[in-house]
Amino acid sequence: MMLRRLALLFCLAALPAQSQDAEEVVLGLSSDKVAITATFEGSDILIFGAVKRETAIPEIPLQVVITVSGPSRPVTVRHKARRLGIWVNTEMVMLDAAPTFYAVATTGPLEEVLSSTEDLRHRVSIPRAIRSVGAASMAEDAERFTDALIRIRRDQGAYLLREGAVAFDEQTLFRTAIRLPANLTEGAYDTRIFLTREGRVVSQFKTSIDVRKVGLERWLFSLSREQPLLYGLMSLAIALAAGWGASAAFQAIRRG
Amino acid sequence: MQIYLPIAEVSVNAFLLLGLGGIVGILSGMFGVGGGFILTPLLFFIGIPPTVAVATGANQIMASSFSGVLAHFRRKTVDLEMGTVLLVGGLIGSGLGVMVFNHLKSLGQVDLLVTLCYVVFLGVIGAMMFAESLRAIRRSRRGAPPKRQKHGWVHGLPFKMRFRTSGLYISVIPPVLVGVSVGILAAIMGVGGGFIMVPAMIYLLGMPTKVVVGTSLFQIIFVTAFTTMLHAVTNQTVDVALAVILIVGGVIGAQIGTTIGNRMKAEQLRILLALLVLVVCGKLALDLLLTPRELYSTSAASGG
Repeated sequence: MMLRRLALLFCLAALPAQSQDAEEVVLGLSSDKVAITATFEGSDILIFGAVKRETAIPEIPLQVVITVSGPSRPVTVRHKARRLGIWVNTEMVMLDAAPTFYAVATTGPLEEVLSSTEDLRHRVSIPRAIRSVGAASMAEDAERFTDALIRIRRDQGAYLLREGAVAFDEQTLFRTAIRLPANLTEGAYDTRIFLTREGRVVSQFKTSIDVRKVGLERWLFSLSREQPLLYGLMSLAIALAAGWGASAAFQAIRRG
Repeated sequence: MQIYLPIAEVSVNAFLLLGLGGIVGILSGMFGVGGGFILTPLLFFIGIPPTVAVATGANQIMASSFSGVLAHFRRKTVDLEMGTVLLVGGLIGSGLGVMVFNHLKSLGQVDLLVTLCYVVFLGVIGAMMFAESLRAIRRSRRGAPPKRQKHGWVHGLPFKMRFRTSGLYISVIPPVLVGVSVGILAAIMGVGGGFIMVPAMIYLLGMPTKVVVGTSLFQIIFVTAFTTMLHAVTNQTVDVALAVILIVGGVIGAQIGTTIGNRMKAEQLRILLALLVLVVCGKLALDLLLTPRELYSTSAASGG
């Protein structure tokens, strides 16, 4: 397991972008890179930070919502129905973009810490994170296809909703751990932190975690994309060599 | 030990994959089938994306077939002439099959047609083989010499050719046709086609069972090499890391399988293959008939 617990507090430099907010996020990550090696078994990312204020702590409590989102891909969702006694795919909906991984962690129940208008604007909750512009024209009640996708991905551990999983001390220090599963897709994992008060977003912060294949994994993947012919020939050569090797080895064993 | 597969982008247990490769290798060596009809569904089951499973399966089958065919070459149980004739037909067939496959894809429902293909072919072939080998076993128990069909319609056709290893003097038309039809089915079903080829060689062409296995393996090597290259270049879905683990299990299995196969009677071998084919057929048929646990399915493909 290649979990490097390098505390990279790089965010102080990025702060001026949001200087108009009265309360701002100062963020740290246990690591801003995840290396996928041959024996990768998933990784825990620790997200922590503080709320920086110029004034005294207001009376109405602040809430924190953290999202981590993997690269989005188009997804086809099919629905089976019984036709002439057998189960066949009858309906299908193409969702424009669904994140391959999505996690939401909050300090409390999501409906309470974030209003639905803010959810709509910032695409925070899992159903909002899936883009399905054209879906409605493809099937009646297209929402059940999105629901099915969420259900399937949640069972796989790819979609997580962790209400109350963010620890928030003294209205200032927050932290949470997010489990990245072993079946990760490469890419930039956008990490967003929202500070909310009475359901409204008062401040937000964005950074990204770089998930990459390294070493042999990287090399094989690049070769298959950049030199497919060479990659195919290599596969054939490996197959032939292995077949011959095993045959020769077994003959040697029998003779010996 | 978990291992992350670079192309499939999933993490799976390496020993599980070794075992899968081994089982398929044993079948390959025993029966001369590539084992794709079992390997591919098993790979789906452990969570490998279907496109990667089909492409990588072809690569694995190629390795175990090569290992198996070497063992058969030493025993001189490969009919090279027959293999070449079948292969010519097979390559024409796979070209046609790819076109048919793409046409079905544009109509949608390609999954269903593939499954129906499997159920129908496995069912028919399995039942035929089972009935025939039962009869053969009963005959040999009674002590009567096994009857070999010498003159059927096959023998009346032109372009006759001598197949020395098989002890046949028949027209090249039936083997080419067998090759073409197996090639088409292989491309549509994403398998080497051994499980169709083997019975066709025994029952349609009248080849001796011992020669059939080696010859089938010989032909499968080329068909799967062709498929692997096609997938690597067009879809980039061949996962070498997955293939290597399956291959290591598979080549060992193939050697064991060949040894077992040589110690068994041809009828017993056929009845076992028939049972296996029927089991896979039954499983696929049940999937179509029983209410699925999850009515929805997702796939990464953006097209139909």
